[in-house]
Amino acid sequence: MNPEKVVFGFFIVLALTLNFGFFVGEIDNPNHHHAWELFFVVIVNMIATVLKFGDRTQMGAVLLATSLVAMLQLLAASLIWTIAVHTTETGMTPSVMASIVSLSGGAMIANVVSVVLLVIETVLLRR
Amino acid sequence: MDTIFFLVLRRMRTPLLTLIVVYAIAMAGLALIPAQDAEGHPTAMSLFHAFYFVSYMSTTIGFGELPNAFTDAQRIWVALSVFSTVAVWIYAIGNLITLLQDSTLQRAIAERRFRTRVRRLADPFYLVCGYGQTGSALVRGLMDRHIQSVVIDVDPERINLLQLDNQREYVPSLCADARSPHALEAAGLKHPLCRGVVALTNVNEANLKIAIAAKLLHPEVKVICRADSHEIEANMASFGTDHIYDPFDAFAAYIAFSIQSPCQTLLIDWLSGRGGEELNEPRYPPRHGRWVICGYGRFGKAMYKHLKAQGFALSVIEAEPHKTGIPTEGVVHGRGTEAVTLEQAEIRQAVGLVAGTDQDADNLSIIMTALTLNPDLFVIARENHIQNQELFDRVGAQSIMNPSTIIAHRIRMRLITPLLSDLSRLARLRRDEAWASQLISRIIALVEGRKPYVWEVTIDATQAPAILEAERRRQAITLETLLRDPLERERLLPAIPLLLIQGQEQRPLPALDVPIGLGDRLLFCGREEARRRMDWVLCNIHALRYVTDGASPREGPVWRQLADWLGRLRDEKITTTKRME
Repeated sequence: MNPEKVVFGFFIVLALTLNFGFFVGEIDNPNHHHAWELFFVVIVNMIATVLKFGDRTQMGAVLLATSLVAMLQLLAASLIWTIAVHTTETGMTPSVMASIVSLSGGAMIANVVSVVLLVIETVLLRR
Repeated sequence: MDTIFFLVLRRMRTPLLTLIVVYAIAMAGLALIPAQDAEGHPTAMSLFHAFYFVSYMSTTIGFGELPNAFTDAQRIWVALSVFSTVAVWIYAIGNLITLLQDSTLQRAIAERRFRTRVRRLADPFYLVCGYGQTGSALVRGLMDRHIQSVVIDVDPERINLLQLDNQREYVPSLCADARSPHALEAAGLKHPLCRGVVALTNVNEANLKIAIAAKLLHPEVKVICRADSHEIEANMASFGTDHIYDPFDAFAAYIAFSIQSPCQTLLIDWLSGRGGEELNEPRYPPRHGRWVICGYGRFGKAMYKHLKAQGFALSVIEAEPHKTGIPTEGVVHGRGTEAVTLEQAEIRQAVGLVAGTDQDADNLSIIMTALTLNPDLFVIARENHIQNQELFDRVGAQSIMNPSTIIAHRIRMRLITPLLSDLSRLARLRRDEAWASQLISRIIALVEGRKPYVWEVTIDATQAPAILEAERRRQAITLETLLRDPLERERLLPAIPLLLIQGQEQRPLPALDVPIGLGDRLLFCGREEARRRMDWVLCNIHALRYVTDGASPREGPVWRQLADWLGRLRDEKITTTKRME
């Protein structure tokens, strides 16, 4: 067992599960989506991205790309949240919540691809 | 470069991870601890404000407690996280800066930049491996003629020197081992505009390896090498190295030639020097008598061979004859720096002295001692280091041999004016002193005490478009046409045609009425302004027309058609008038 692989797999899967946790619920209901959850999704995704740095294989490159996509979507989502809450008069509205959740949904797809790739790589290794 | 990029990312992993984790903990703590607003109502700090506060806290900018004054619970948390975030921030930044200063990364970046510069070269260039005395002299010589060169040297100091030298044009340079094909390839060995590779490192094996790599990777390229030993020379020649220069042998052959024909030597000296230098006096080495050779190393052996072939009596002085070998005459044991050894070698009866050890101090001492014993000696000095130039100039040697200068000189001549090499070979074959002295007096009359400027002209579309145009119109061009001054056609340009190559035929000093055609190659010497005027004739049809027949007609395309039309009108008028008559 390679401890590095454990940490790597842990963070990639955690990124997906947290992301999913944030995503489920009515899309435009702010009560179903919590700021802290998004905070942890962003942090775990960041860690997963940095862990993928410096892998020269083709698989490593694709994994890094998916992570970067997820990061982009999540940062956009948190940016929208911050702007909506702190700079607009109306504050959080259902439509803003809907766009935040849909962005995190996109990030989740990228995370799913990451996990699928990880599984494929593991299967190939076993053989 | 890609490798380096990944390396940087990989090495940044730990600092970035620590940074993320510590930031996340500090932010989470701040957002969880209950806060108070301005009126003292309990409130919570949002994640956004927590991020804002942590970013300026960790970078020690410190704007104060925002958005509200902190509670004591918050202050305790901040007091703890200040130390961790600041430390982690400094660690991450420090790591990144160290990475940027990393020599591997720096070298990779320099190589990448060098590669791009070389790839973008638009003019033919020469790849010079080794930027020592020879290399720098060669690069300077090439630059004088606006020929691009690319330099590789293994010594970073020399590369820095090249970049510090105030060069007129940009010379791409790389600090790398030229023995590796990778470095040669980076320097443009496979570039279609690479004309030649010049291997001038002071390691014979390196030169050999460069020659092999060049011949294998780009067979059409011209390979010029320096070789200090006969085995290496034979080895290089065996796989088709184009030109191999052995400085010691070249100089010894040169001295032997100057003993036989001083005038021709002087002529070649003048022509192969840099234009504009002062003319030097001819030297007349003694033709009979005894020569004393001090030092029987590579140079001593070469001199021995060539002087022996001339039939001189020779005595050899050598400090370590068991290492160097002993010539048939036997050897005087010693360094030659003492009067005793020199006298043993019959210095008082000798006509010439070769101070050829590999120590400059010894050589200078030998010359000074020998000249006190016999002031009439013809002295040949071997100068190993160019820094000692001034000392050698004063010691009273008639001929100074500096290996680097000789090689640089020869290669420059070969690259810039290959026809001059042909001419000197022809001259050597003729061995005609009268011919040479006649040419010398013509040159003296032409250039007023300065060395003549030598240049080549190839009659083709790039160098002589006007001649091509004239040939299309079946206009006969002779050598004399080219030599007329485009400002005043009665006057001839201050230049002498030295060699004309037409097909396989080589004509030294061609007559002025020789017709010139496409593909001819010409070698001229004269004043530098003559070349500029001649370029004018070669490139401009108006100037060419003027020097051929003194006319300056309208030559623009519109004017030409108009002239044709007017001419036709006139012809018609003449025929109609004739018919009427």
